[in-house]
Amino acid sequence: MRIIVPIKQVPETSNVKMDPVTGTMVREGVENVVNPLDLYAIETAIRLKEEYGGEIIVVSMGPEKAIDAIKEAIAMGCDDGILLSDKKFAGSDTFATSYVLAKAIKQIGDFDLVICGERATDGDTGQVGPGIASFLDLPLSTFTSQILSVENGKITVKRLVEEGYEEIEMMLPAVLTVVKEISDPRLPTLRGKLKAKRMEIPIWDAQKIGAEGQKIGLKGSPTRVVKIFTPKVTREGEKIIVKDEKTLYQAVDRIMDYLIKKELI
Amino acid sequence: MGEVWTLAEFRHGKLNPVSFELLNRGKSLAQKLNTSIASVVIGYNIKKEDIDELIARGADKVYVVGDKRLENFIVETYARVILRLLDEYNPDIFIAAATTTGRTLMPYIAVKKQTGLTADCTVLDIEEETGNLLQTRPAIGGNILATIKTPNTRPQMATVRPHSTKPLPPDKTRKGEIIYKQFDEEVFTTTTKYVRFIKDKSQQINIQDAKIIVAGGRGLGKAENFKLIEELAELLSGAVGASRDVVDRGWKTYPHQIGLSGKTVSPTLYIAVGISGAIQHIAGMQTSENIIAINKDPDAQIFKIANLGIVGDLNEILPLLIERIKEYKKKEANLNV
Ligand SMILES: Cc1cc2nc3c(=O)[nH]c(=O)nc-3n(C[C@H](O)[C@H](O)[C@H](O)COP(=O)(O)OP(=O)(O)OC[C@H]3O[C@@H](n4cnc5c(N)ncnc54)[C@H](O)[C@@H]3O)c2cc1C
Ligand SMILES: Nc1ncnc2c1ncn2[C@@H]1O[C@H](COP(=O)(O)O)[C@@H](O)[C@H]1O
Repeated sequence: MRIIVPIKQVPETSNVKMDPVTGTMVREGVENVVNPLDLYAIETAIRLKEEYGGEIIVVSMGPEKAIDAIKEAIAMGCDDGILLSDKKFAGSDTFATSYVLAKAIKQIGDFDLVICGERATDGDTGQVGPGIASFLDLPLSTFTSQILSVENGKITVKRLVEEGYEEIEMMLPAVLTVVKEISDPRLPTLRGKLKAKRMEIPIWDAQKIGAEGQKIGLKGSPTRVVKIFTPKVTREGEKIIVKDEKTLYQAVDRIMDYLIKKELI
Repeated sequence: MGEVWTLAEFRHGKLNPVSFELLNRGKSLAQKLNTSIASVVIGYNIKKEDIDELIARGADKVYVVGDKRLENFIVETYARVILRLLDEYNPDIFIAAATTTGRTLMPYIAVKKQTGLTADCTVLDIEEETGNLLQTRPAIGGNILATIKTPNTRPQMATVRPHSTKPLPPDKTRKGEIIYKQFDEEVFTTTTKYVRFIKDKSQQINIQDAKIIVAGGRGLGKAENFKLIEELAELLSGAVGASRDVVDRGWKTYPHQIGLSGKTVSPTLYIAVGISGAIQHIAGMQTSENIIAINKDPDAQIFKIANLGIVGDLNEILPLLIERIKEYKKKEANLNV
């Protein structure tokens, strides 16, 4: 199997701090990591390779420092990486990003699967996976939670939907986006880290992938961000502290009041 | 000016109520643009009463594509049907719910139409000078809000977070136009096969549709204690949610997880019990209309976003609350006979 895994480097958000005065995100000292939800895609690819053999190629579109993300994926067990980097890519929205990734995937050539994360934790759209499938005219399973079988050029998967799961069968090559339930990502190994460190990651630009100038970067993006602002996070709700039996009953009374007044009961 | 379109989701033989929320959203946009609002409904066995319901909920027109081959959602065929409709009628705006279907179908379509799409919007408006759609959505785990527009391509597309608006009450006197469409074989050809649907029995009430969610965190201490959460949820006709810690420990399955790497919900009431309110959890529930938090740590982050916070031990509070709700319900039931 030849599997391509698009991964994105994102700011580490687990300890995002908001500046209480300005209400903006404190960016100093914020590390960049592999989009946490892409780790499930990487793990899924590695397990498929372990079962069926083959090769995993990670691709990432981003600035040069995104090489770190690619190297981390290689340290986990992926075979090769390609960085898609070009000033002309700057400002790409999900349409343009999907286009660049689709072009790069075509350039890579033969493959059986493209496995994406469900969404990136910064942009938080989840549109790039379906976008790639659309550009490449490939079958697509989003929110994939389990791979049931791969045989005779077909893949059968389970996808997590609102009231349960759907099982679908697709012809390969196909595109998957995966949810956390599909796997537990492994940690990079020491050997993997050494391999990644030594590896030279090729950088492909717009010309190399044959991307049309009017479909990439800000110019190629149909959407425009007009305004960014900080939501009011605090509701400044009331707080009741339970100290003894009396305050315990008061607290429960207050919850009941609230439920009744808001017609929630 | 082209129409405003909403996607009405038809699944397992019925309309998803989120379709009515979209109509309410779409209606205010259509009014500002002085155009009509239409719903597109595709599926199999779509009944006249379903179509009438869409009209009663605000649709001026309903485009209906019914076919056995559309019984189940397959992105390629659904997309082709909608693309044919978009090409024929050229609506100005096309919105769908940010459900698993909407979030799969819309990006697939937007690429084919070479137009922009904004995900998971919580606010939609019209820019007065240009008539462009202003699409506001949370990003970076809800830490910021961004307003986005699609100035040069059409349709302007967005997915809308479920429960971010209320549906309009039905008005049976409303009249609307119904347009039945049929398509040739080419539209339906696909190699993808829908095998089956497996209902998740642990989700008595689907979390993303629930009006009330009672969610438990690590503060519950052990899996058995989740019974308290389940009982409370049941009494309130709500669904059960969980923090990631709880899912990682196996106290609850992944479909219940709320947050950055789980589901995003926006119910009328969210009760967070023994949940600290880590930014990744808050990212998935902060747009809830009412939030009640129970936590023994007075400095827990969850209190920052709660309308009502109770600082105390859940083991004391929950049983008492459950008892009180039962009493209340009994009393109400007696009053009603
Ligand atoms: C990439 C990434 C993605 C993530 N995605 C998610 C996600 O989707 N969803 C999610 O929830 N988390 C997510 N997390 C994890 C998140 O950072 C927190 O670790 C998690 O939400 C904590 O869960 P918790 O609140 O149940 O546990 P804790 O943080 O341990 O909080 C337990 C709380 O219970 C209280 N408590 C204890 N005993 C009692 C008692 N007897 N009575 C009352 N209160 C009590 C404590 O005061 C404490 O505040 C993610 C993290 C990362 C890095
Ligand atoms: N710049 C990028 N480079 C590589 N893959 C990406 C990039 N952006 C998004 N992806 C992939 O698309 C998925 C969804 O991202 P998004 O649509 O931005 O939420 C991610 O989980 C990645 O697998």
